[in-house]
Amino acid sequence: MNAAVAPVVVPLLTALLCVGLQARRTRWTVSLAGGGLSVLASLWLVALAHGHGVVVLRVGSWPAPYGIVFAADLLGALMSAIGSWVALWTLVALAAQPHPRLDAFFHAGWHLMLAGMNGAFLTGDLFNLYVFFEVLLVTSYFLVTLGATRRQAREAFTYVAVNIVASTILLMGVALLYAAVGSVNMADLAARIPQASPGLVRPAVFLLAVAFGVKAAVFPLYAWLPHTYAIPAGPVAAYFGGMLTKVGVYALYRLFTTLQPLHGPEPWLLAVAGLTMVLGVLGALAQEDMRRILSFHIVSQIGYMVFGLGLGTPQAWAAGIFYTLHNIAAKTALLLVSSAVEASYGTTSLRSLAGLAHAHPWLGVWFVVAALSLAGIPPLSGFWAKLLVVQAGLEAGEFAGVAVALAVSLVTLLSMLKIFTGAFWGPPPERSHISPLEHASVVGLAALTVAWGVGGGTLLELATAAARALGDPAGYVRAVLGGH
Amino acid sequence: MNALLAALVGLLFAAGTWLLLGQRILRQVIGLGLISHGANLMVLLAGGLGGRHAPLLANPTPRADPLPQALILTAIVIGFGITAFLLALGYRMHALEEDEP
Repeated sequence: MNAAVAPVVVPLLTALLCVGLQARRTRWTVSLAGGGLSVLASLWLVALAHGHGVVVLRVGSWPAPYGIVFAADLLGALMSAIGSWVALWTLVALAAQPHPRLDAFFHAGWHLMLAGMNGAFLTGDLFNLYVFFEVLLVTSYFLVTLGATRRQAREAFTYVAVNIVASTILLMGVALLYAAVGSVNMADLAARIPQASPGLVRPAVFLLAVAFGVKAAVFPLYAWLPHTYAIPAGPVAAYFGGMLTKVGVYALYRLFTTLQPLHGPEPWLLAVAGLTMVLGVLGALAQEDMRRILSFHIVSQIGYMVFGLGLGTPQAWAAGIFYTLHNIAAKTALLLVSSAVEASYGTTSLRSLAGLAHAHPWLGVWFVVAALSLAGIPPLSGFWAKLLVVQAGLEAGEFAGVAVALAVSLVTLLSMLKIFTGAFWGPPPERSHISPLEHASVVGLAALTVAWGVGGGTLLELATAAARALGDPAGYVRAVLGGH
Repeated sequence: MNALLAALVGLLFAAGTWLLLGQRILRQVIGLGLISHGANLMVLLAGGLGGRHAPLLANPTPRADPLPQALILTAIVIGFGITAFLLALGYRMHALEEDEP
């Protein structure tokens, strides 16, 4: 099998197996093994893309741009690796949840969504990007509504409607681009957009940016997110909160590097990024619930990733990629803590929780590690992530943006302290059991932010190489189109 | 022909948006359906219309572009699946409404 599709095919087959298998224990074994295999497949792809550049698969051996291609560059491979890692550990957390009746569907949904995400990260075809977006969105609709109550079903309907409209906008963007250039192959588009009529390309890029912006939940398109992420079961929310919006961020990176490369700071992207940071964090301040606070912080931190993109230099993109990878790990760890608390105490409201640090000291430790990392305290990965973004901002002379980023990270720290004093401090509660599987799931991700904090050099090297590849669209075009 | 289809796309979007902003679930589902069909027509327009020969090597140029039709077919199937899901979700909301007083 070609490495470029392995991270799509493995979860797809696992999902099918999970529906077919009747015995619960066998299903769990297959599902976890499938998750582990996806991680290995995507790490293999990272190694290949790092060593040899873009890994290309021409489906059916049709020459590009006529056939469908998968083109895994280092950014796509890295995103697929972290996505598979998150899927695996949120799956471990799911094992601790009491859903025996819906079990098979949860497993299938988990792996199908991973297949959709990895497909979106690795495809070299804009229309296939739309299709893989649909695969992961349809699965997400399904996971949000599984076992829903009436209120949840109503919230889920809004989520589905918003995403259908966004997908339609995405399709229109693809159509306009096809009208302008006559291709949906990304490498072909990258090569031919400069000669196309800007009257068609500009609205097309705008439509694509809006569609990806909705998925990434940037200002002013984020209103759907905090409500949706309050609905589903804890591990589902952790999976969504960690990965779903980052697929949108990835698509924005692809759009503004490979397809329509930025050269230097792009004021409107930077403005969007700043407003996303500020409004997300302000929204979090008003909340009194662990999960809702964390949901608003997802929005706020998307701002940093878009800030890195908007600065428009490979060095800033490297910072943005580092930030994205760090944030996925830290954020998922925090949401998994919230999920464990909810499973044992039935709530994540800061008013009803207290003294968790007494009852579950280790859970408190994991929380503090991930929370400090999110706020950007050394020596955790969040510190390097913010340092890199700030450094890139200073070098580009975007002092206002840097000031906003620093102020927002102070408020983030405040928010994390609020959760800590609200839920972990105070008189010990009536002790409830927290399963070792939930501890394991949190550690699986918190360990990453510690490792990337202490040994951030490796990740920085990978992020820099990925950004360098993004800064060289001609290399991508050569790799995909080959001898043309 | 192009202008006519463009106007039709606009009409579909307008009607779809109007229905989507209503209160009732069924109208919203139909509205979403109209919007996605508007986008499908737009893909068709993107390929260029009219006065072309079938895309076979034996035929003289200009030949029609078969790709938009393949794209639309995919989009229609996705839209169909999502509409079915939305209807099921709407029904479920209705059923839950009766269960939970």
